[in-house]
Amino acid sequence: MLTVLALASVVLLGIDPSQAIVIYTGWERHALLGSDVRLSCSFFSWRWTSDDVTFSWTYRPDGSKDSISIFHYTGGMAYVDNKGPFRDRLEFVGNPGRRDGSILLKNLDFSDNGTFTCDAKNPPDIVGRPQSSPLRRVPIQAGVITGAIIGVVLGLLVLIVVIYYLMRFLVARRVFSLSVSKHGKKKKEGSQQRQGPAPPADPSKVKAAASEKKKQESRKDKK
Amino acid sequence: MLVLLIGIIFLHVAALVLLFVSTIVSAWTTGETITADLWINCSSITGLCKAASTGEWIQSVQALMILSIIFSCLALFLFFCQLFTLQKGGRFFLTGTFQILASLFVMSGAIIYTVMSPEWVPDNNSFGYSYILAWVAFPLALISGLIYVILRKRE
Repeated sequence: MLTVLALASVVLLGIDPSQAIVIYTGWERHALLGSDVRLSCSFFSWRWTSDDVTFSWTYRPDGSKDSISIFHYTGGMAYVDNKGPFRDRLEFVGNPGRRDGSILLKNLDFSDNGTFTCDAKNPPDIVGRPQSSPLRRVPIQAGVITGAIIGVVLGLLVLIVVIYYLMRFLVARRVFSLSVSKHGKKKKEGSQQRQGPAPPADPSKVKAAASEKKKQESRKDKK
Repeated sequence: MLVLLIGIIFLHVAALVLLFVSTIVSAWTTGETITADLWINCSSITGLCKAASTGEWIQSVQALMILSIIFSCLALFLFFCQLFTLQKGGRFFLTGTFQILASLFVMSGAIIYTVMSPEWVPDNNSFGYSYILAWVAFPLALISGLIYVILRKRE
Protein backbone atom coordinates (compact mmCIF):
# COMPACT_ATOMS: atom_id res chain seq x y z
CA MET A 1 0.00 0.00 0.00
CA LEU A 2 2.68 2.44 1.00
CA THR A 3 4.85 1.44 -1.93
CA VAL A 4 1.91 2.05 -4.29
CA LEU A 5 1.44 5.51 -2.83
CA ALA A 6 5.15 6.22 -3.09
CA LEU A 7 5.24 5.07 -6.70
CA ALA A 8 2.21 7.21 -7.52
CA SER A 9 3.71 10.29 -5.90
CA VAL A 10 6.98 9.75 -7.74
CA VAL A 11 5.13 9.45 -11.02
CA LEU A 12 3.05 12.59 -10.37
CA LEU A 13 5.90 14.79 -9.17
CA GLY A 14 8.47 13.43 -11.52
CA ILE A 15 9.57 15.02 -14.75
CA ASP A 16 6.76 14.13 -17.15
CA PRO A 17 7.72 14.86 -20.75
CA SER A 18 4.11 15.67 -21.67
CA GLN A 19 3.98 18.51 -19.14
CA ALA A 20 5.33 21.31 -21.23
CA ILE A 21 4.68 24.96 -20.72
CA VAL A 22 1.57 26.06 -22.64
CA ILE A 23 1.47 29.58 -23.98
CA TYR A 24 -1.74 31.47 -24.72
CA THR A 25 -1.97 34.55 -26.90
CA GLY A 26 -4.91 36.54 -28.24
CA TRP A 27 -6.82 35.78 -31.42
CA GLU A 28 -6.14 37.45 -34.75
CA ARG A 29 -6.51 41.19 -34.20
CA HIS A 30 -7.84 43.89 -36.47
CA ALA A 31 -7.02 47.39 -35.36
CA LEU A 32 -7.54 50.90 -36.68
CA LEU A 33 -4.68 53.02 -37.92
CA GLY A 34 -3.26 55.14 -35.13
CA SER A 35 -4.86 53.16 -32.34
CA ASP A 36 -3.19 51.29 -29.48
CA VAL A 37 -3.15 47.50 -29.58
CA ARG A 38 -2.60 45.26 -26.57
CA LEU A 39 -0.88 42.02 -27.47
CA SER A 40 -1.62 39.59 -24.70
CA CYS A 41 0.42 36.56 -23.76
CA SER A 42 0.17 34.26 -20.78
CA PHE A 43 1.23 30.74 -20.01
CA PHE A 44 0.28 27.68 -18.03
CA SER A 45 2.93 25.71 -16.21
CA TRP A 46 2.83 23.04 -13.51
CA ARG A 47 5.67 24.72 -11.67
CA TRP A 48 5.46 27.76 -9.49
CA THR A 49 6.31 30.98 -11.26
CA SER A 50 10.03 31.30 -10.82
CA ASP A 51 11.99 34.52 -10.46
CA ASP A 52 13.77 33.82 -13.73
CA VAL A 53 10.61 33.78 -15.82
CA THR A 54 11.23 35.27 -19.29
CA PHE A 55 8.92 36.62 -21.97
CA SER A 56 10.07 37.45 -25.47
CA TRP A 57 8.12 38.78 -28.42
CA THR A 58 9.23 38.54 -32.04
CA TYR A 59 7.68 40.13 -35.11
CA ARG A 60 7.51 38.78 -38.64
CA PRO A 61 6.12 41.16 -41.31
CA ASP A 62 3.57 39.88 -43.80
CA GLY A 63 5.26 38.25 -46.75
CA SER A 64 8.64 38.08 -45.11
CA LYS A 65 10.39 35.02 -43.74
CA ASP A 66 12.62 36.81 -41.27
CA SER A 67 11.46 37.67 -37.83
CA ILE A 68 13.03 40.18 -35.54
CA SER A 69 13.00 40.25 -31.80
CA ILE A 70 11.21 43.24 -30.38
CA PHE A 71 10.74 42.63 -26.67
CA HIS A 72 12.44 40.65 -23.95
CA TYR A 73 11.67 40.42 -20.24
CA THR A 74 14.20 38.76 -18.02
CA GLY A 75 15.58 39.03 -14.51
CA GLY A 76 12.79 41.40 -13.50
CA MET A 77 13.64 43.92 -16.27
CA ALA A 78 11.75 44.62 -19.47
CA TYR A 79 13.80 45.43 -22.59
CA VAL A 80 11.89 47.04 -25.46
CA ASP A 81 12.87 47.65 -29.05
CA ASN A 82 14.92 50.83 -29.34
CA LYS A 83 16.35 50.48 -32.83
CA GLY A 84 13.79 48.73 -34.99
CA PRO A 85 10.39 49.62 -36.43
CA PHE A 86 8.75 49.68 -33.02
CA ARG A 87 11.12 52.15 -31.46
CA ASP A 88 9.42 54.13 -28.70
CA ARG A 89 6.08 52.47 -29.42
CA LEU A 90 6.19 49.42 -27.15
CA GLU A 91 5.31 49.32 -23.51
CA PHE A 92 5.27 46.41 -21.14
CA VAL A 93 1.86 46.18 -19.47
CA GLY A 94 2.04 42.65 -18.19
CA ASN A 95 2.42 41.20 -14.72
CA PRO A 96 5.04 38.46 -14.60
CA GLY A 97 3.98 37.46 -11.11
CA ARG A 98 0.57 36.58 -12.57
CA ARG A 99 2.12 34.97 -15.64
CA ASP A 100 1.00 37.80 -17.91
CA GLY A 101 3.50 39.01 -20.48
CA SER A 102 1.35 41.43 -22.49
CA ILE A 103 2.77 44.38 -24.36
CA LEU A 104 1.09 47.51 -25.63
CA LEU A 105 1.81 48.62 -29.19
CA LYS A 106 0.99 52.30 -29.51
CA ASN A 107 0.11 54.39 -32.54
CA LEU A 108 -0.43 51.69 -35.14
CA ASP A 109 1.45 52.48 -38.32
CA PHE A 110 0.95 51.71 -42.01
CA SER A 111 3.49 48.91 -42.05
CA ASP A 112 2.45 47.06 -38.92
CA ASN A 113 0.76 44.13 -40.64
CA GLY A 114 2.31 40.90 -39.52
CA THR A 115 2.55 38.13 -36.98
CA PHE A 116 3.65 38.66 -33.39
CA THR A 117 4.97 35.59 -31.60
CA CYS A 118 5.24 35.26 -27.84
CA ASP A 119 7.64 32.84 -26.19
CA ALA A 120 7.58 32.36 -22.44
CA LYS A 121 9.91 30.31 -20.29
CA ASN A 122 9.43 29.41 -16.67
CA PRO A 123 12.68 27.75 -15.54
CA PRO A 124 13.03 24.82 -15.12
CA ASP A 125 9.94 24.42 -17.28
CA ILE A 126 11.29 25.51 -20.63
CA VAL A 127 9.90 23.06 -23.13
CA GLY A 128 7.11 24.76 -25.01
CA ARG A 129 5.93 26.03 -28.35
CA PRO A 130 5.76 29.78 -28.99
CA GLN A 131 2.32 31.07 -29.92
CA SER A 132 1.62 33.56 -32.67
CA SER A 133 -0.91 36.31 -32.78
CA PRO A 134 -1.46 37.90 -36.21
CA LEU A 135 -2.24 41.60 -36.46
CA ARG A 136 -4.10 43.19 -39.34
CA ARG A 137 -4.30 46.93 -39.83
CA VAL A 138 -7.69 48.28 -40.84
CA PRO A 139 -7.56 51.90 -42.02
CA ILE A 140 -11.09 52.96 -41.18
CA GLN A 141 -14.21 50.88 -41.24
CA ALA A 142 -15.62 51.05 -44.72
CA GLY A 143 -18.76 53.07 -44.92
CA VAL A 144 -18.63 54.69 -41.49
CA ILE A 145 -17.99 58.19 -42.75
CA THR A 146 -20.40 57.76 -45.65
CA GLY A 147 -23.20 56.76 -43.35
CA ALA A 148 -22.34 59.52 -40.91
CA ILE A 149 -22.48 62.29 -43.53
CA ILE A 150 -25.74 61.02 -45.04
CA GLY A 151 -27.30 60.61 -41.62
CA VAL A 152 -26.35 64.09 -40.48
CA VAL A 153 -27.67 65.83 -43.59
CA LEU A 154 -30.95 63.92 -43.62
CA GLY A 155 -31.33 64.49 -39.91
CA LEU A 156 -30.87 68.23 -40.41
CA LEU A 157 -33.50 68.15 -43.15
CA VAL A 158 -36.02 66.39 -40.92
CA LEU A 159 -35.23 68.77 -38.09
CA ILE A 160 -35.81 71.83 -40.27
CA VAL A 161 -39.13 70.46 -41.50
CA VAL A 162 -40.27 69.67 -37.96
CA ILE A 163 -39.27 73.10 -36.68
CA TYR A 164 -41.07 74.80 -39.57
CA TYR A 165 -44.32 73.00 -38.92
CA LEU A 166 -43.98 73.55 -35.18
CA MET A 167 -43.55 77.30 -35.67
CA ARG A 168 -46.58 77.42 -37.94
CA PHE A 169 -48.65 75.50 -35.42
CA LEU A 170 -47.56 77.69 -32.52
CA VAL A 171 -48.14 80.93 -34.41
CA ALA A 172 -51.60 79.79 -35.50
CA ARG A 173 -52.46 78.78 -31.95
CA ARG A 174 -51.29 82.12 -30.59
CA VAL A 175 -53.33 84.06 -33.13
CA PHE A 176 -56.36 81.93 -32.35
CA SER A 177 -56.09 82.37 -28.56
CA LEU A 178 -55.66 86.15 -28.95
CA SER A 179 -58.81 86.40 -31.08
CA VAL A 180 -60.73 84.22 -28.59
CA SER A 181 -59.77 86.48 -25.67
CA LYS A 182 -60.81 89.59 -27.64
CA HIS A 183 -64.23 88.14 -28.42
CA GLY A 184 -64.57 86.93 -24.85
CA LYS A 185 -64.03 90.48 -23.50
CA LYS A 186 -66.59 91.98 -25.87
CA LYS A 187 -69.13 89.36 -24.84
CA LYS A 188 -68.61 90.10 -21.12
CA GLU A 189 -69.13 93.82 -21.60
CA GLY A 190 -72.33 93.13 -23.54
CA SER A 191 -73.72 90.77 -20.90
CA GLN A 192 -72.94 93.12 -17.93
CA GLN A 193 -75.11 95.80 -19.51
CA ARG A 194 -78.08 93.39 -19.34
CA GLN A 195 -78.08 93.48 -15.47
CA GLY A 196 -78.38 89.78 -14.96
CA PRO A 197 -76.15 87.00 -13.86
CA ALA A 198 -74.35 85.95 -16.97
CA PRO A 199 -74.52 82.24 -17.67
CA PRO A 200 -71.16 80.43 -17.44
CA ALA A 201 -69.50 80.47 -20.82
CA ASP A 202 -69.47 77.07 -22.47
CA PRO A 203 -66.06 76.59 -24.14
CA SER A 204 -67.46 74.88 -27.24
CA LYS A 205 -70.06 77.59 -27.67
CA VAL A 206 -67.37 80.26 -27.27
CA LYS A 207 -65.26 78.55 -29.95
CA ALA A 208 -68.19 78.24 -32.34
CA ALA A 209 -69.07 81.90 -31.79
CA ALA A 210 -65.44 82.95 -32.34
CA SER A 211 -65.15 80.97 -35.58
CA GLU A 212 -68.45 82.37 -36.82
CA LYS A 213 -67.33 85.92 -36.05
CA LYS A 214 -64.03 85.19 -37.82
CA LYS A 215 -65.86 84.03 -40.92
CA GLN A 216 -68.08 87.09 -40.87
CA GLU A 217 -65.06 89.38 -40.55
CA SER A 218 -63.22 87.64 -43.40
CA ARG A 219 -66.29 87.93 -45.62
CA LYS A 220 -66.48 91.63 -44.79
CA ASP A 221 -62.76 92.02 -45.63
CA LYS A 222 -63.18 90.27 -48.97
CA LYS A 223 -66.04 92.52 -49.93
CA MET B 1 -47.93 75.41 -71.31
CA LEU B 2 -47.97 71.64 -71.58
CA VAL B 3 -44.79 71.77 -73.66
CA LEU B 4 -43.09 73.77 -70.93
CA LEU B 5 -44.18 71.29 -68.30
CA ILE B 6 -42.95 68.31 -70.27
CA GLY B 7 -39.66 70.06 -70.99
CA ILE B 8 -39.04 70.80 -67.34
CA ILE B 9 -39.86 67.27 -66.25
CA PHE B 10 -37.62 65.89 -68.98
CA LEU B 11 -34.71 68.04 -67.82
CA HIS B 12 -35.16 66.98 -64.22
CA VAL B 13 -35.38 63.31 -65.09
CA ALA B 14 -32.34 63.56 -67.34
CA ALA B 15 -30.28 65.05 -64.51
CA LEU B 16 -31.54 62.32 -62.16
CA VAL B 17 -30.63 59.53 -64.59
CA LEU B 18 -27.17 60.98 -65.08
CA LEU B 19 -26.69 61.06 -61.33
CA PHE B 20 -27.75 57.43 -60.98
CA VAL B 21 -25.49 56.23 -63.78
CA SER B 22 -22.56 58.22 -62.51
CA THR B 23 -22.86 56.86 -58.98
CA ILE B 24 -23.44 53.23 -59.85
CA VAL B 25 -21.30 52.44 -62.88
CA SER B 26 -17.67 51.67 -62.20
CA ALA B 27 -15.81 54.06 -64.43
CA TRP B 28 -14.55 57.11 -62.54
CA THR B 29 -10.94 56.31 -63.30
CA THR B 30 -9.84 54.11 -66.15
CA GLY B 31 -6.45 52.96 -67.12
CA GLU B 32 -5.03 50.19 -69.22
CA THR B 33 -5.29 47.61 -66.50
CA ILE B 34 -7.64 48.87 -63.86
CA THR B 35 -11.00 50.56 -63.62
CA ALA B 36 -11.81 52.24 -60.38
CA ASP B 37 -14.72 54.11 -59.06
CA LEU B 38 -16.30 55.12 -55.80
CA TRP B 39 -17.06 51.61 -54.66
CA ILE B 40 -14.73 49.06 -56.16
CA ASN B 41 -11.42 48.63 -57.93
CA CYS B 42 -11.33 46.11 -60.72
CA SER B 43 -8.38 44.85 -62.64
CA SER B 44 -9.12 43.96 -66.23
CA ILE B 45 -6.17 41.61 -66.53
CA THR B 46 -7.03 39.23 -63.73
CA GLY B 47 -10.73 40.04 -63.55
CA LEU B 48 -10.50 40.37 -59.78
CA CYS B 49 -12.27 43.11 -57.93
CA LYS B 50 -11.69 44.37 -54.44
CA ALA B 51 -13.46 47.02 -52.44
CA ALA B 52 -12.20 50.57 -52.93
CA SER B 53 -9.67 52.02 -50.55
CA THR B 54 -11.43 53.06 -47.41
CA GLY B 55 -10.00 56.53 -47.13
CA GLU B 56 -11.97 59.37 -45.59
CA TRP B 57 -12.25 61.44 -48.77
CA ILE B 58 -13.62 58.72 -51.02
CA GLN B 59 -16.24 57.95 -48.41
CA SER B 60 -17.25 61.60 -48.39
CA VAL B 61 -17.56 61.53 -52.19
CA GLN B 62 -19.79 58.46 -51.89
CA ALA B 63 -21.95 60.21 -49.32
CA LEU B 64 -22.28 63.40 -51.40
CA MET B 65 -23.29 61.50 -54.55
CA ILE B 66 -25.90 59.50 -52.65
CA LEU B 67 -27.24 62.66 -51.01
CA SER B 68 -27.53 64.39 -54.37
CA ILE B 69 -29.57 61.49 -55.73
CA ILE B 70 -31.83 61.56 -52.67
CA PHE B 71 -32.40 65.30 -52.93
CA SER B 72 -33.09 65.15 -56.65
CA CYS B 73 -35.68 62.40 -56.16
CA LEU B 74 -37.26 64.41 -53.37
CA ALA B 75 -37.36 67.45 -55.65
CA LEU B 76 -39.18 65.47 -58.36
CA PHE B 77 -41.71 64.19 -55.83
CA LEU B 78 -42.23 67.67 -54.39
CA PHE B 79 -42.68 69.10 -57.88
CA PHE B 80 -45.63 66.83 -58.53
CA CYS B 81 -47.05 67.62 -55.09
CA GLN B 82 -46.73 71.35 -55.59
CA LEU B 83 -48.12 71.13 -59.10
CA PHE B 84 -51.49 70.15 -57.69
CA THR B 85 -51.53 72.04 -54.40
CA LEU B 86 -49.89 75.37 -55.17
CA GLN B 87 -52.01 78.47 -55.60
CA LYS B 88 -52.18 80.24 -58.91
CA GLY B 89 -49.17 82.51 -59.38
CA GLY B 90 -47.12 80.71 -56.79
CA ARG B 91 -43.51 79.70 -57.28
CA PHE B 92 -42.00 76.25 -56.87
CA PHE B 93 -39.58 77.43 -54.23
CA LEU B 94 -39.26 74.17 -52.35
CA THR B 95 -38.68 72.09 -55.45
CA GLY B 96 -36.11 74.54 -56.72
CA THR B 97 -34.31 74.58 -53.37
CA PHE B 98 -33.97 70.82 -53.27
CA GLN B 99 -32.80 70.62 -56.86
CA ILE B 100 -30.20 73.35 -56.33
CA LEU B 101 -28.97 71.59 -53.19
CA ALA B 102 -28.65 68.36 -55.20
CA SER B 103 -26.55 70.14 -57.82
CA LEU B 104 -24.33 71.62 -55.10
CA PHE B 105 -23.75 68.18 -53.62
CA VAL B 106 -22.74 66.78 -57.01
CA MET B 107 -20.39 69.69 -57.52
CA SER B 108 -18.74 69.19 -54.13
CA GLY B 109 -18.39 65.47 -54.72
CA ALA B 110 -16.81 65.92 -58.13
CA ILE B 111 -14.47 68.62 -56.83
CA ILE B 112 -13.33 66.49 -53.89
CA TYR B 113 -12.72 63.55 -56.23
CA THR B 114 -10.75 65.70 -58.64
CA VAL B 115 -8.54 67.16 -55.95
CA MET B 116 -7.95 64.01 -53.95
CA SER B 117 -7.70 61.36 -56.66
CA PRO B 118 -3.91 61.66 -57.14
CA GLU B 119 -3.64 60.22 -53.66
CA TRP B 120 -5.26 56.91 -54.40
CA VAL B 121 -4.90 56.56 -58.19
CA PRO B 122 -1.65 55.80 -60.03
CA ASP B 123 -0.42 58.48 -62.35
CA ASN B 124 -1.06 57.10 -65.82
CA ASN B 125 -4.80 56.62 -65.39
CA SER B 126 -7.32 59.00 -66.86
CA PHE B 127 -10.77 59.96 -65.69
CA GLY B 128 -13.55 57.74 -66.93
CA TYR B 129 -16.98 58.57 -68.28
CA SER B 130 -18.79 58.30 -64.97
CA TYR B 131 -16.70 61.17 -63.71
CA ILE B 132 -17.61 63.23 -66.78
CA LEU B 133 -21.29 62.38 -66.31
CA ALA B 134 -21.12 63.69 -62.78
CA TRP B 135 -19.73 67.00 -64.04
CA VAL B 136 -22.47 67.17 -66.73
CA ALA B 137 -25.21 66.41 -64.22
CA PHE B 138 -24.18 69.38 -62.08
CA PRO B 139 -25.12 72.19 -64.54
CA LEU B 140 -28.25 70.34 -65.65
CA ALA B 141 -29.47 70.10 -62.10
CA LEU B 142 -28.54 73.70 -61.39
CA ILE B 143 -30.43 75.01 -64.44
CA SER B 144 -33.41 72.86 -63.61
CA GLY B 145 -33.47 74.17 -60.05
CA LEU B 146 -33.24 77.79 -61.20
CA ILE B 147 -36.11 77.25 -63.63
CA TYR B 148 -38.22 75.94 -60.78
CA VAL B 149 -37.48 78.99 -58.68
CA ILE B 150 -38.34 81.40 -61.51
CA LEU B 151 -41.37 79.55 -62.84
CA ARG B 152 -44.83 80.67 -61.83
CA LYS B 153 -47.85 78.43 -61.80
CA ARG B 154 -50.47 79.35 -64.36
CA GLU B 155 -53.93 78.05 -65.38
